[in-house]
Amino acid sequence: MESVFGVNKLTTPLTEREDIIKVNKLNKWYGDHHVLKDVDLTVKQGEVIVILGPSGSGKSTFIRTINALEEFQKGEIIVDDIALTDDVKNIEEIRKETGMVFQSFNLFPHMTILKNISLAPIWVRKWKKTKAEQIAKDLLERVGIPEQANKYPGQLSGGQQQRVAIARALAMQPKIMLFDEPTSALDPEMVKEVLDVMKTLAESGMTMLVVTHEMGFARQVADRIILFDKGEIVEMGKPEELFDNPKHERTKAFLSQIL
Amino acid sequence: MEVKKTTSTPLWRNRKIIPIIAQILFVIIVGTVIIFMVNNVISGLEQIGLTLGLDYLTLKASFPISESIISYTPDDPYIRALLVGLLNTFKVSIFGIIFASIIGVIVGVARLSDNWLVSKVATVYVEVFRNTPLLVQIFIWNFAVFLPMPKIQEALSIGSFYFSNRGASIPWFTLQDNTLIWLIVLILLIVGSVFLFRKLTKVSLESGKSTYPLISSIGLIVIGTIITFLVLRNGPFGLSVPVFNGNSFDGGTSLSIGFMSVLVALTIYTSTYISEIVRAGIMGVPKGQTEAAKALGFKSRTALRLIIFPQAIRIIIPPLTSQYLNLIKNSSLAMAVAYQDIVGIGNTIINQTGHTLETLLIVISVYLLFSLTTSLLMNLFNKKFQLVER
Amino acid sequence: MDNIQLENTEPVLETTKLNSQKKLQLWLKNNLFKDWKNAIVTIVTLMFTIYLLANIGKFLFASEWNVVTDNLRLLFVGQFPIEEIWRLWVSLLFMSVLLGTSWGVWRGIIGHVAISLGALLLVFGILPYTENESKVYLFSCIATIVVFYFVGKYVPKLKIPMLVLWILYIPICLSIINGFGVLEPVKSNVWGGFLLTLVIASVAIICSFPIGLLLAVGRRSKLPIIKYCCILYIELIRGMPLIMVLFIAQLLLPMFLGGIQLDNVVRAMIAFTLFSAAYLAENIRGGLQSIPRGQFEAAQALGLNNVKVMIFVVLPQALKAVIPAMVGQFISVFKDTSLVAVIGLADFLGMGKKIAANPEYLGKYMELYIVIAFIYFIFCFLMSHVSKHIEKSLGVGTR
Repeated sequence: MESVFGVNKLTTPLTEREDIIKVNKLNKWYGDHHVLKDVDLTVKQGEVIVILGPSGSGKSTFIRTINALEEFQKGEIIVDDIALTDDVKNIEEIRKETGMVFQSFNLFPHMTILKNISLAPIWVRKWKKTKAEQIAKDLLERVGIPEQANKYPGQLSGGQQQRVAIARALAMQPKIMLFDEPTSALDPEMVKEVLDVMKTLAESGMTMLVVTHEMGFARQVADRIILFDKGEIVEMGKPEELFDNPKHERTKAFLSQIL
Repeated sequence: MEVKKTTSTPLWRNRKIIPIIAQILFVIIVGTVIIFMVNNVISGLEQIGLTLGLDYLTLKASFPISESIISYTPDDPYIRALLVGLLNTFKVSIFGIIFASIIGVIVGVARLSDNWLVSKVATVYVEVFRNTPLLVQIFIWNFAVFLPMPKIQEALSIGSFYFSNRGASIPWFTLQDNTLIWLIVLILLIVGSVFLFRKLTKVSLESGKSTYPLISSIGLIVIGTIITFLVLRNGPFGLSVPVFNGNSFDGGTSLSIGFMSVLVALTIYTSTYISEIVRAGIMGVPKGQTEAAKALGFKSRTALRLIIFPQAIRIIIPPLTSQYLNLIKNSSLAMAVAYQDIVGIGNTIINQTGHTLETLLIVISVYLLFSLTTSLLMNLFNKKFQLVER
Repeated sequence: MDNIQLENTEPVLETTKLNSQKKLQLWLKNNLFKDWKNAIVTIVTLMFTIYLLANIGKFLFASEWNVVTDNLRLLFVGQFPIEEIWRLWVSLLFMSVLLGTSWGVWRGIIGHVAISLGALLLVFGILPYTENESKVYLFSCIATIVVFYFVGKYVPKLKIPMLVLWILYIPICLSIINGFGVLEPVKSNVWGGFLLTLVIASVAIICSFPIGLLLAVGRRSKLPIIKYCCILYIELIRGMPLIMVLFIAQLLLPMFLGGIQLDNVVRAMIAFTLFSAAYLAENIRGGLQSIPRGQFEAAQALGLNNVKVMIFVVLPQALKAVIPAMVGQFISVFKDTSLVAVIGLADFLGMGKKIAANPEYLGKYMELYIVIAFIYFIFCFLMSHVSKHIEKSLGVGTR
């Protein structure tokens, strides 16, 4: 697959790639509850990072701070060299470069699939309708459901809807893709079709942050795995390192619960 | 590596400041309009020579009110006139609510009947009286039904109920000396029978023996009533029957044409909406509940009483509240047929004194008070029926 | 096991086709005479219904209808100058064109509306009391509806022009009546009767929609000042009877605006608009609340700003969800316009009241008001029928 979306992973070594996300001492409180504690992370372009952790550990909250769906009180986030501040313009720019896929798909039920995908390219990237629709159709092909273009989301299965959601995010040609438990709401037989799309996307060089429980996917596709617990990063490392030789007690505890 | 765009955010792009700016702009725009209007009102009043104030309320009203619950003469101050209006509104509203609810429930259940004829008749009733404006219905009752009634000397009579073109005279209750005693006794009897019912039900559930709680508690009320009657030798209320004296009716109570038109029209009109609410409430109870009840051996009447209705009531109460509020507000149409409710009397006062703003504010406050009271009462009622959920 | 005898159960399904007589008997048995209690109820209800219908029939045929027939023009257009009534006929013809074409283009429920209105026009055309000139116009309208049905049927591309024309219909008609420099305007104080009812209702419905929309969005805003101002307005207006809002508009509006003299009709329109907007706001708010938060977040994640999220994602879904409630509100506005009779305006009901005051028609009140009630009923019933149909058809589109 050509590297439409990012860096050619096979040729560019990790050390020569740009830092595309920099998170520095990120802290977030919900009232008195300290949800994210001193989170530090640097993501290189083209990296696929899988975030694991028990529920309530703050992993979803964390990736939602990256595209400003959640606010934070202390620390800094820099995405694609844009600082995430209170500046509305910065936030808009960052959201153009980050695509998000939600657990409940969140497709717009009153629009056709084609319109769902082409809406933002037309009105945010300000591309012409013909260009946006062509991109939409190409993406539908890539995710494997070109024939659904004129249907409505209610007429598609869950797996198809999620693939449309991925195409919708990719239509903006973002540099980063954020996945918030993309397969958790799917019936088991549809999980594979979505994971396959994500695998292909990873191979093409897209930078991805994925919150998921799919361990097989993590082992196969991730460049790095991060374990979140109680709002902080407990352990971080290559899949082989984390799964086979976990260093921390909490990592071992978590892995023993799910594997 | 240079990080672009870390320079400070201009205020107009700062997402924390934008809401503040928006609200300031809003206040400025709306505030300017309001100040403009207030200024106009003040200078307008100056021109006419009127000052705002509530002192006028103590002046003599000098206009008659055709019907009133409390005593009133044109020598009474305006504020008493307003009170009469308030009570008139209350009178027609409370009876309207009671009758409309009764009819609404009957029609609502009828619409769900298995009997095709009954449900169709109920549907026709609802469609006809819901799609005709309320004021038109009030006019029809007033001008086409009650006004053309015969003269009082040849009043139409149904038993002791007399109808003429001056209104109706019906038998009515009169207070007696021992009414208060009766009231206390009845309250004690009802409370006692509720306790008895609960106690007997509890005993019967625990011991498995039949204790006939319903019959016993009703029996208590009946026996208590008989004993009290024998002791006091008089019923709780007297009955006063209207008797024609050549000119008018003595005794009983008289209802004006306006009052009857408004009451009947309000009752019928609101009952159509209540019937729909009741119907939606009963249909809103999941079908599985009826099926489970039948499977447990309940007769359909008992199932309706113990299982369906309590759950239906939860669905019914919120929209029912707004229908009651609508009824109270719609009673204001009374002034179209000379039944002097608070709006009608307020209007007369405005015409006589020119104190438009103050009087309107008073009337508005009265209606807001009615709304708040009704909402509060219904909320209390609603809480009793809420499901206990985790 | 082989010894178990099954009881002789009756066949549950009849495999032979029931002839129509048997079907009728079965239906009667199930629906009217299921058991003895039901039978008694049926008979009593039947007797009551027959008694009622007989009396209604007696009334309809024995009464003199001159109170209505003498005053048809007054009832329908009030004191509109006779020589200018052609403008109203032109508006009616225009609507017939739109109605017929829409029927052809969209079919479905519009057909019901077209046929009902056509039938109404036909009834008035046949009545011996209508003037000949009116009859010509009436029958032309009927013919127009039919002709343009075929036009719409064979030219489906007219969908968008139709929508545009419908939206512009009221302004265009008002312009025709107003003249706007080309013709002499017909002042609004001579508009009366059913015409006035329609005009007030239409203006109130159209103008209250944007205001109600803004109020609903404002009420859900996170900015406290805007939110509480909207709540204050909505709750204040909803706490008052409509008649009071009409009074306030009649008595206080000139004072608020510093002495600008506004027509009585315009004051009533303002009152109805402001009143209806508060109720619409609550309906629309219900729709806004029903949109899941994820929709908003997905749109934001795509980079759409708050305004665009509202326009493209939230509002289309919210409004679609509350169309039945909104149509119900519009029907209420139509019925409520009758209240202007209390403040002396001569709308359909008000004109009836004025006619009833004529001593010539003493005692004929029932005939007059029954006809008025019947016309209101036809229109309201039709509107709620259409609304139920829209409700049903909007449920389509999901698998």
